[in-house]
Amino acid sequence: MTAAPASDGEVAALAAVEVVYGPGPPALGPFDLSLRAGEIVSLVGASGCGKSTTLRLLAGLEAPSAGAVRLAAGRGETSMVFQSPTLAPWLSALANVSMPLDLEGAPGSKARERAAAALRRVGLSDAQGARPAQLSGGMAMRAALARALVTSPKLLLLDEPFAALDEITRRALADDLLKLWASERPAIVFVTHNVEEAVYMAHSVVVMTPRPGRAAARIAVEGELPRPQGFRTTAVFRQTAEAVSAELASAMASA
Amino acid sequence: MGARSALAPLALIILLLAAWEAGCRVGHVPSYFLPPPSQIAAALAAGAPSLALAAWRTLSVALLALTLASVAAVSIGLAAALSPAVQRAVHPLAVGLQVTPLIAIAPLFVIWAGIDHPARAVVALAAVVAFFPIYSGTVTGLRSADPGLEKLFDLYGASPLQRLLRLRLPSAVPAIVEGHKVAAGLAIVGAVVAEFVAGSGGAQGIAWRILEAGNRLQTARMFAAILVLAVMAALLQFAFQALERRALIWWRGG
Repeated sequence: MTAAPASDGEVAALAAVEVVYGPGPPALGPFDLSLRAGEIVSLVGASGCGKSTTLRLLAGLEAPSAGAVRLAAGRGETSMVFQSPTLAPWLSALANVSMPLDLEGAPGSKARERAAAALRRVGLSDAQGARPAQLSGGMAMRAALARALVTSPKLLLLDEPFAALDEITRRALADDLLKLWASERPAIVFVTHNVEEAVYMAHSVVVMTPRPGRAAARIAVEGELPRPQGFRTTAVFRQTAEAVSAELASAMASA
Repeated sequence: MGARSALAPLALIILLLAAWEAGCRVGHVPSYFLPPPSQIAAALAAGAPSLALAAWRTLSVALLALTLASVAAVSIGLAAALSPAVQRAVHPLAVGLQVTPLIAIAPLFVIWAGIDHPARAVVALAAVVAFFPIYSGTVTGLRSADPGLEKLFDLYGASPLQRLLRLRLPSAVPAIVEGHKVAAGLAIVGAVVAEFVAGSGGAQGIAWRILEAGNRLQTARMFAAILVLAVMAALLQFAFQALERRALIWWRGG
């Protein structure tokens, strides 16, 4: 069975999961990952190592070929953000953000109220009526974050959410995301290609091997979240990033 | 287009017309073979009211056909996008109809509609050619929804009806609108071909005016009717382009 209840304090866990698409080597696994409430884990690895597959398993959108998926976060308690904002072009920012609530059948006025609050939290109160085409890349990503947060999820799955943004915008969004996390403390799985970003954003970094994706290492990041100013210049940050890079290099080399 | 950028094409047209006029006069070209522009202009002026009426008849028939095609193509496209079985069943027929030259099937429609009702044949044939672009726009559009949004709809447990109304139909709007724009042009083509094939005066459209003038070797009148047809088709295309622009602005907010 793939959806057994999770143990105490655990939001989601993958136990020895394997995912096989057709013949050839499996895409993922065996792979273990456990996530406690309020914990942020970064996944780094080469393209095609099964990071997105991992997110689909955690979202309950896909079942593993072997192993178990334990999810404490039920329907409506898990949210996702992708590399592109994936906003509906025909809807205003407000209507986009209230979409998850609308789909759940929440009353319209209540949904709009909560959507407006979510937009306010990401700093987009002035853009409620704007269409996605009128938003900058960073603003559109903020709207996508607001849409993910509007349901107050227990589990937030982020699939390279900042990959398409410029460096300044992605740093600003990283800090904003951590501040948002601090208020409701959902568990977060943060998939990225960027080692520094992986270290900056999480309590621990899981380095994945190339296909089939396995956990090569899980490296804890010291220091508090959200990050204090200047964290990127500390020795802890540099050393952790170097350790992650080294693990990543040896995972690639052993492939 | 600004006044300055209109200058070059206008100058070329005037130059060509002048050369045409001069060539006809100098070369003593018989006017049934190639009438000079001045004669065509005279024919246009003399026949303006009846040509305008005939053009309006063809246009209204094409618009009626477009409406019928739109209703049929959008509903069948919806069914095809929702059910793979319907899609597989309809697709070969739709493509077959699309690749068969219109002119080849036109006589059938005239027979079916009856010699006494050429207008019905014209509407039917125009509707048949207008069908495909709307159908394929609808099917493509309904499948073009953002895969990320599809995934979110899975994640939030959307019902099939919610997915259709809140995701796939709105996503399909640009493709459906474009299908209508293409179909409008084809509906005119279909109406003209059907009028030609019907061949009798029953349809009273602009194509029939062209045919009639041709049969009488009134070539200047024939040119005048062709000119009216071309202008009408161009205006229709402009109108649909403007509609499409407006629709897109409405769809994604400028």
